[in-house]
Amino acid sequence: MIYFNNVTKTYNDSMALDDVTFTVTAGEFVSVVGHSGAGKTTLTKMILADDSPTEGTVFFESINIHKLKNNDLTKLRRRIGVVFQDFKLLPNKTAYENIAFAMEAAGKTDEEIAADVPHVLDLVDLGNKILHFPHQMSGGEQQRLAIARAIINQPELIIADEPTGNLDPVNTHEVVQILKKINDLGTTVILTTHNRGVIDSVAKRVITMENGKVVRDTKNGK
Amino acid sequence: MIIELKRIIKAGFINFTRGGLVSWAAVLVTTITLSVITTIILLQAVLYFSLSTIRDKVDVTIYFNVGAPEDQIILLEESLKQLPEVAEISYISAEEALRVFRERHQNDYPTIQALDELGENPLGASLNVKAKEINQYESIANFLKSDNMLVLGSANIIDKVNYHQNKLVIDRLTSIISGAQKLGFLVTLLLIIISIIITFNTIRLTIFIVKDEIGVMRLVGASKMRINGPFMVEGAIYGVISTVITMVIFWPATAWFGGNMTSFLGLNMYDYYLSNFFQIFAIILLSGIILGMVSSFFAARKYLNK
Repeated sequence: MIYFNNVTKTYNDSMALDDVTFTVTAGEFVSVVGHSGAGKTTLTKMILADDSPTEGTVFFESINIHKLKNNDLTKLRRRIGVVFQDFKLLPNKTAYENIAFAMEAAGKTDEEIAADVPHVLDLVDLGNKILHFPHQMSGGEQQRLAIARAIINQPELIIADEPTGNLDPVNTHEVVQILKKINDLGTTVILTTHNRGVIDSVAKRVITMENGKVVRDTKNGK
Repeated sequence: MIIELKRIIKAGFINFTRGGLVSWAAVLVTTITLSVITTIILLQAVLYFSLSTIRDKVDVTIYFNVGAPEDQIILLEESLKQLPEVAEISYISAEEALRVFRERHQNDYPTIQALDELGENPLGASLNVKAKEINQYESIANFLKSDNMLVLGSANIIDKVNYHQNKLVIDRLTSIISGAQKLGFLVTLLLIIISIIITFNTIRLTIFIVKDEIGVMRLVGASKMRINGPFMVEGAIYGVISTVITMVIFWPATAWFGGNMTSFLGLNMYDYYLSNFFQIFAIILLSGIILGMVSSFFAARKYLNK
């Protein structure tokens, strides 16, 4: 599903990714681990075309992501759900509106939005916070809202970039369980983290990065 | 498409109401810009009114010899009317000139007595000529000196034409009027450009505050129009609200000017404001909406490149 072919990314003199090559197949749960600055976030940015590689190519199925025109890129992004460490919710929109916005972007009708949003908020246990703004919610609730937004359009791929970085152990456990459940339903998940406990609880494929390089790729990493 | 448009408009209104102080700061700056534009419209009206008053005061008078036959004067009047430069001609007969003279000097006993002793009318008839443009008097004066006059047989009935006495004043007025118009235009242009830049930068700041949100919207897969549209609607709202505020502010302001400054300005600003209310409203509203929408479009576009 995702193919990294000899991808290198440099920012001025520092190398964020160094000749990275790997493949993610559909339905996989891949954890990308490494210390801060290892290149995990740069890797996710490459998949989202939020940044482009200095060398090499990144494919989403048969599409070279960085060759896409703006309109096609927008369509591709609708096939990917994203969860960030700092949640990146729209602060002036309520929980309902944050999710509705993602559905509107995907061209869903008002009726579909009205039917699906309360349902997905119930799924992440935020049914009682439907009209709350992000600043009125705890960190764990905000991250669950971000996950709800990421899954609402039933994407083929979920990218979770350090989703538990700002959460306490209880919320971390909840978020990991939700991501595992999403993966069990068939969605491919790429999770970046530096939390050893998260990787252990997931117990799936682990790609380890150091100084922009892939140094280890284990099938059932712990 | 209609659903998309409806969502964009709704989002624009929600953004505006939730924007709080930031939205009102943008409205304030847009109001200042629209006030500058309204002030310029009113000042231009005063300037043009003053200039046209000055223009109206300039004329050329053809004085005829005493006893010049009226039919020849009328013939000359008719031929002058044919000139494209001539806007208006008024004929003052010798009797009329005498009546005006007596009226003007009614308290000047020695003059009236001297006139009575003469026993006959010492004044000749005259033609007062007004040109369409102030710089056209010279060609009218040239016509009066030309061979046409011989053909018309008018050369020997003209006593004098006061153009040459007034030439210096007319030339100076011409250059003052054209200078005032050019200066007025330049000052207007400069003030409008400065106001637009200030408004654009304020709106840019309001969008800079939400640049991270624009990034999130892009990653969620929203189209450029879906992201940029609400900002443009918000910009249009700034324009509409600012227009209403500006028009309300200028109502009492022009009333005060109309009550206290009419003799100084020569023009009753309040009457002008009321009689041109809908034209001014339309200009200000269009300027406000265009300014708000275009500023928002360019400010948000910067963060939409990919």
